[in-house]
Amino acid sequence: MTKLSVDEIAQIEQPLPGAPNNWKRFFSFSTDHKVIGIQYLVTSFFFFLVGGIFAMIIRGELITPEADLLDRAVYNAMFTMHGTVMLFLWTFPSLVGLSNYLVPLMIGAKDMAFPRLNAAAFWMVPVFGVILMASFLVPGGPSQSGWWAYPPVSLQNPTGNLINGQVLWMLAVAISGVSSIMGAVNFVTTIARMRAPGMTWFRMPVFVWTVFAAQIIQLFGLPALTAGAVMLLFDLTVGTSFFDPAKGGDPVLFQHFFWFYSHPAVYVIILPIFGIFSEIFPVYARKPLFGYKVVAISSLIITGLSGIVWVHHMFASGTPGWMRMVFMATTMLISVPTGIKVFAWVATIWGGKLRLNTPMLFALGGLVMFVFAGVTGIMLASVPFDIHVNNTYFVVGHFHYVIYGAVVMGMYAALYHWFPKMTGRMYSEGLGKLHFVLTFMGTNLNFFPMHPLGLQGMPRRVASYDPEFAFWNVVASLGAFLLGMSTLPFILNMIGSWVQGEAAPKNPWRAIGLEWLVSSPPTVENYEELPIVVAEPYGYGKTEPLVANPDRLEVAHESH
Amino acid sequence: MNPIEVNPSLNAKVPTDHTTDLHPSTEHHHDEAGNSMFGFIVFLLSESVIFLSFFTGYIVYKTNALDWLPPGVTGLETREPAINTVVLVSSSFVIYIAERFLHVKQLWGFRLFWLLTMAMGSYFLYGQAVEWRSLSFGFTDGVFGGTFYLLTGFHGLHVLTGILLQAIMLVRSFIPGNYDRGEFGVAATSLFWHFVDVIWIILFVLIYLWQ
Repeated sequence: MTKLSVDEIAQIEQPLPGAPNNWKRFFSFSTDHKVIGIQYLVTSFFFFLVGGIFAMIIRGELITPEADLLDRAVYNAMFTMHGTVMLFLWTFPSLVGLSNYLVPLMIGAKDMAFPRLNAAAFWMVPVFGVILMASFLVPGGPSQSGWWAYPPVSLQNPTGNLINGQVLWMLAVAISGVSSIMGAVNFVTTIARMRAPGMTWFRMPVFVWTVFAAQIIQLFGLPALTAGAVMLLFDLTVGTSFFDPAKGGDPVLFQHFFWFYSHPAVYVIILPIFGIFSEIFPVYARKPLFGYKVVAISSLIITGLSGIVWVHHMFASGTPGWMRMVFMATTMLISVPTGIKVFAWVATIWGGKLRLNTPMLFALGGLVMFVFAGVTGIMLASVPFDIHVNNTYFVVGHFHYVIYGAVVMGMYAALYHWFPKMTGRMYSEGLGKLHFVLTFMGTNLNFFPMHPLGLQGMPRRVASYDPEFAFWNVVASLGAFLLGMSTLPFILNMIGSWVQGEAAPKNPWRAIGLEWLVSSPPTVENYEELPIVVAEPYGYGKTEPLVANPDRLEVAHESH
Repeated sequence: MNPIEVNPSLNAKVPTDHTTDLHPSTEHHHDEAGNSMFGFIVFLLSESVIFLSFFTGYIVYKTNALDWLPPGVTGLETREPAINTVVLVSSSFVIYIAERFLHVKQLWGFRLFWLLTMAMGSYFLYGQAVEWRSLSFGFTDGVFGGTFYLLTGFHGLHVLTGILLQAIMLVRSFIPGNYDRGEFGVAATSLFWHFVDVIWIILFVLIYLWQ
């Protein structure tokens, strides 16, 4: 197969700047997908904490029925920035980071298809992060129109400045979009064309399938949001009338543009989490993934269906009756491929030899909460029910069970599971379990009360409320502060273990997968000789090897 | 330095690239031009969704509007834009001829037809500018003005990008042996040009013919 030239070997052994133990590379324009992956993860986790502080400020305001902690304008800015930061600066980049780290390793490639494009896409993240944060400094403060930026609210510009919070918000989201499109082109090309010999489509781990499916959504969805955002920006800055009803514009059209992307965006987020579940359950249950091919294909079915469900966000936006019926049906339909996956995971765990360490606990916790979120999701898909709870806390509770209960929990599971691979160190299992217990309790305390609140009719995005809602709000706020606390053992564990954890072997979990055949952390360019894949993934309990050349993947002296 | 001298090496290279394309299971990891072209096509497909969104918005506005045209405007003149359309669409054939010349290593033929494409693209932009100047309504005159300038302007920006890309490729053709290791840049620019063309045809039908 590949014959390495002397130059390339020299490049691998070179101590600077690409050597695995040189921390400076994390602050450089590195083109190594593993460095970029960790850059994404660390940057996005920082913004996760920022968004978490915003959330705790919101919950601090809501612990009493009166609006007594914040000015209402600041409160509006807080929920706008909380949503924006959590989506564009935490969930998207953290999952892109994880995908960046894992996809080339999992498909047996030396790097992504376009390494420089990859690095450029990453470095846009801190740029638009700073732009978004800078909106606290402009007159009038940050955008207050929520992360949807619906006109006509988003077109008001009360201070009259050209540079205002809403414009900076749009700029940040636009740069985020460019970065995401660059990433999506890179992932799709990498997965389609850079797979190792023998790595056929149906030998790819499900995580790779889900990343592929998710990035296709970015490619067809994001441009629609871009189109809407460009028109909104013109309305706000030069005075066109696309979305301004007073001048003949159509504000509902913006909602269509927005949700045509932003509903599928939920699948961009959740699909890689499905991939993580599909990777983790077989390892810690010691069984092959149940129904591998169906699970893999249902990812693409979700991608297809995700493009025809968006109007369920607009049942109360003057949507005609026939359209409501159509989108109610499609929305319920998309729960079928999702349900297939849930059944496959349960069947994988069923009768397995479970090892309940931290990644498995997080994955199980995430699965339970995802099922709960799925049940409320089906309820919301139903038009009569949706109109009853439209814009109440029931919706907020539903999507936080998806985004915190499933996505953040799944993300934590992945970070623990691949921590030894990324850092070459083992994490502390005790701290990890403490982290799990706090997170699981905090999530349910914080987000469960939102469901009864919504059913009782408490609207979302309000700084003050009727005292009858006080009890559940106090519970939710306490849960939010507990969630804030829950990040502390995690941070301590990650930093402490990276600095002085026990050295990790190649494959501490006895997992089956290409990434576990090379040293921890893998060297620059991952494989000295490309793996020749000869089997399907998840061969737990089987004897057949995964690759034909396991001993030749690395230069001998590099292995542990 | 003579471009003709580099022909044999290139001809020897092209077939091997093609064989790797035909066998996806064999090693295509080093086929960077192939990756780039694949990635570029993916990008263009994604880019087309922006236009699709604008077109959809235009159709929604036009079919729902109460007062579609701004006061005093009766419609758009179609004769000049039709000439513009003919020029832009024919430039797609001209750029194809340029590409064929490059493929058989006749650099001067390539440059000539490439430059002709650029000239036709520039003429299109000029025609567009003349039309914009003659119109009595502006960007902020209702949804009609907004969508008209948004669509033609966004498309014009793509034409301009195409011409700039063509200029870069033209300059690069003077670097000795630049196209020995493949013609990805030229192929991508040409594909982009066809894309801009197809978008214009849809745009012309929507804005000028459907009044």
